[in-house]
Amino acid sequence: MLPYKDLKEKQELIRNGQLSLKENIQSFLKKIDQQSDLNAFNFVFADSIELADAIEKKIINGSAGKLAGMVIAVKDVIAIKNKPLTCSSRILEGFISIYNATVVQKLIEEDALIIGKTNCDEFAMGGSNENSAFGPVLNPLNKKHVPGGSSGGSAAAVAAHLCDAAIGTDTGGSIRQPASYCGILGLKPTYGRVSRYGLTAYASSFDSIGPMAKNVYDLAILLEVMSGYDEMDSTSINKPIDSFHTKFRSHVKFRIGIAKEHFDKGLSIEVNENIQRVIAQLKNDGHEIIEVEFPHAEYSIATYYILAMAEASANLSRFDGARYGHRSDDGIDLDAMYTNSRSEGFGEEVKRRIMLGTYALSTGYYDAYYKKAQKVRRLIQNDFNKVFEKVDLVLTPTSPTTAFEIGAMIDDPLQMYLMDIYTTPANLAGIPGVSLPIGNDSKGLPIGLQFMSDRLGELKLLQITNLLGEQ
Amino acid sequence: MNNKYEAVIGLEVHAQLLTESKIFCGCSTKFGNPPNSNVCPVCLGHPGVLPVLNKKVVEFAALMGMATNCEIKEKSIFARKNYFYPDSPKGWQTSQFEEPICENGHLDITLSDGTEKCLGITRIHMEEDAGKSIHDLGYDTCVDLNRCGVPLIEIVSEPDMRSPEDAYLYLTKIKQIITYLGICDGNMEEGSLRCDANISIRLKGETELGTKTEVKNMNSFRNVEKAIAHEIERQIEIVEEGGRIIQQTLLWDADHEEVSPMRSKEEAHDYRYFPEPDLMPVVVSEEWKAEIAKNLPELPEARKARFISEYKIPEYDAAVLTTERPLADYYEKVISVTDDYKSASNWVMTDVLKIIKEDKVDITEFKVSPENLGKLINLINNNTISGKIAKSVFPEMLKEDKDPETIVKDKNLVQITDTSAIDGIVDTILDNNPGQVEQYLGGKETVLGFFVGQVMKESRGKANPQMVNETLKKKLEEKRTGE
Ligand SMILES: [Zn+2]
Repeated sequence: MLPYKDLKEKQELIRNGQLSLKENIQSFLKKIDQQSDLNAFNFVFADSIELADAIEKKIINGSAGKLAGMVIAVKDVIAIKNKPLTCSSRILEGFISIYNATVVQKLIEEDALIIGKTNCDEFAMGGSNENSAFGPVLNPLNKKHVPGGSSGGSAAAVAAHLCDAAIGTDTGGSIRQPASYCGILGLKPTYGRVSRYGLTAYASSFDSIGPMAKNVYDLAILLEVMSGYDEMDSTSINKPIDSFHTKFRSHVKFRIGIAKEHFDKGLSIEVNENIQRVIAQLKNDGHEIIEVEFPHAEYSIATYYILAMAEASANLSRFDGARYGHRSDDGIDLDAMYTNSRSEGFGEEVKRRIMLGTYALSTGYYDAYYKKAQKVRRLIQNDFNKVFEKVDLVLTPTSPTTAFEIGAMIDDPLQMYLMDIYTTPANLAGIPGVSLPIGNDSKGLPIGLQFMSDRLGELKLLQITNLLGEQ
Repeated sequence: MNNKYEAVIGLEVHAQLLTESKIFCGCSTKFGNPPNSNVCPVCLGHPGVLPVLNKKVVEFAALMGMATNCEIKEKSIFARKNYFYPDSPKGWQTSQFEEPICENGHLDITLSDGTEKCLGITRIHMEEDAGKSIHDLGYDTCVDLNRCGVPLIEIVSEPDMRSPEDAYLYLTKIKQIITYLGICDGNMEEGSLRCDANISIRLKGETELGTKTEVKNMNSFRNVEKAIAHEIERQIEIVEEGGRIIQQTLLWDADHEEVSPMRSKEEAHDYRYFPEPDLMPVVVSEEWKAEIAKNLPELPEARKARFISEYKIPEYDAAVLTTERPLADYYEKVISVTDDYKSASNWVMTDVLKIIKEDKVDITEFKVSPENLGKLINLINNNTISGKIAKSVFPEMLKEDKDPETIVKDKNLVQITDTSAIDGIVDTILDNNPGQVEQYLGGKETVLGFFVGQVMKESRGKANPQMVNETLKKKLEEKRTGE
């Protein structure tokens, strides 16, 4: 455990001389080392300690940035200047970023300290963190189980107190599902709220960068700093950012939508029971529970995977061995160089998605797959638009189950894809979603609950998370 | 060409746009910098980068659309054209596919027999150029990404052309328009203008299209004409011999004047186009369109028509003078000094253009300023110098752009219009050539030319030729009556 509840308290302790930021970082580095078996980090930046004294001074004299003293881990799909960027893939072996992602720049400008880059599924493709060239990440709550994915390293690092908070990315649930499996908070913002510049693209029209933390204050202030229009990202939203960290405490009563489609077969009984308990409690607290419908819910997984894989098949073309990253020694001509470099560099899941995506875009199949999936995506978006005319929030499980055992689904990719049933809709609709822990199952593994809101409704998500956390 | 057949030709023209920066990043488009110096993470295709569209590219593409009578679409969409090549760092070319910015245009060409022909333009779209692979350095292939991300427009014609001449004229017209608009320098040899041709043949009267081939690698206007003529002949020969045309891409070999098929592997592409998720649709609002249209200059057709009506010069002159915008600009500057429009046209078309062609200089860098050329014409017209003297003053002006009045004064070239001076020279010449005088008086009046020449020679060309003529005639007639 840490000697402070959130960043606000940490900064106070530092200001009062009760906590040395340097020692704080040292203790994180020590814990990372002690718990290296979790395999949460791809790279640890011991040099982050060099900034400690300067930031501590700033905190004391009142000139510090919003995130001063916050020790953050960044998922290894995001560019940090002069640091390795591998996406947990062999194909980016030895690659060093030559620029900062916008989100990293913002963290640094607000005096956060980046302690390392976290492990993840290769190119953020996966839901268990087993698809990593660095090996699987273990769930700190039960090391036989997965931490979830793809931001598994980030979730495990936060849950194991190896850092104050972490940055993850969410394309089909990759922040919310590992947050759920590791018992922490994870928020996927509205598509376009946080600049993607510097995030290695998996599926460009879905990718979102978001915060993962142990308390709402940290989650809120991180989101506030990360958000905002960026001229380097044409899809970023040019709207003012709320002061999330001062507004998340409220006693608003929400209209909360629940759909029977989200409580269908496949949902574990224990997860369901715990969610029903929370629903009853929400009612009890004066929130309105409203039955809503998602007529196209059953197509979410198929739609998501077709579109995400199609985009991925192009996004990953640049990793060809020609200009940077892994190049095969075995290449008698250009085609052989490409084939061998990519065959050696990419893992199984990445290859599977590239091939399926390539297929979905091929002449003769484009209309049947890609185009049709685009149409269904709009239908799913419309479902949400209609629902949000009636409710403020939609409540669903984050995942059908709690963290499963390592290796349990490695040979059954389809079963693994189905685990994304509750998270992919938010990515399809471009809306925000948050996962929060609501209890444990009989094995002691955390259960996550998801709230979604309409576009730019992040404040509502933070408020409801806070309300439930106060109980 | 065998009379039974007609050719069906469509052209795809790529024009490199003269923007300061690249299409999706801030890098310079400057040509000739050291390899890989005009690059950044974006055009290097590093992980995590995103494109940001250069608005100037949209404006240039829309201008071209307006100049070729296209509809400018309110909404157009970028797409990814996927293929692997080392000089394409993202693994795709960002282009436009299903929804280009301009559609349904046309332009007119005038054939050598004077007939006009309207040629359809299917579409114009924006895209990025690739880098350059350099294979001939003796070791590994090298890649220079300076050109990667330089903006292009692709202008796709309808298959409306029927002869190599049509294609040549169409391409010339495209070049004329893009250079008028100032959006491309139109240099085919340097690759800033590129052209591929789709060619098929069919029996005359047939409405179905035959199997087409695509001919690439034609890097001059004349080569386009030659390659197309060659390909038409080749196709006819095959069909005449009972063979079938294979749909394929052919490369023109200008040295041997023949085509050879591209390796089939290179062309077996399924580009798997899909909308670029990293860019929003391009929206050209009515207001923006109006703003862009303000930059639309007077186009060659309109300028030619105005030259004819306003300056009363022959159509031929107007056509030559308006071929290129800087030339037309030069002409109009000349006639801002002199109002002898026809003389100005003659000087520009002959003396100026001759030097430009010989010395391969650009009209904008031509040594003689249009103002000084105008002054020179005025010196002739106000009888300060003769036309002949002017032709000797012009090379002086070429050496350094000096005011012709100064040259004329310094070299003492002012025309002799003093009657007594001319009388004196004429008398001397007549006295010195009694034999020719006799011939003249004997009825051989063509000898007059000989005398004029002698007088001009004696005066070092400065005598006013008309006065010389009159004086000679007068004095010779005096001799006749005096007899
Ligand atoms: Zn660049």
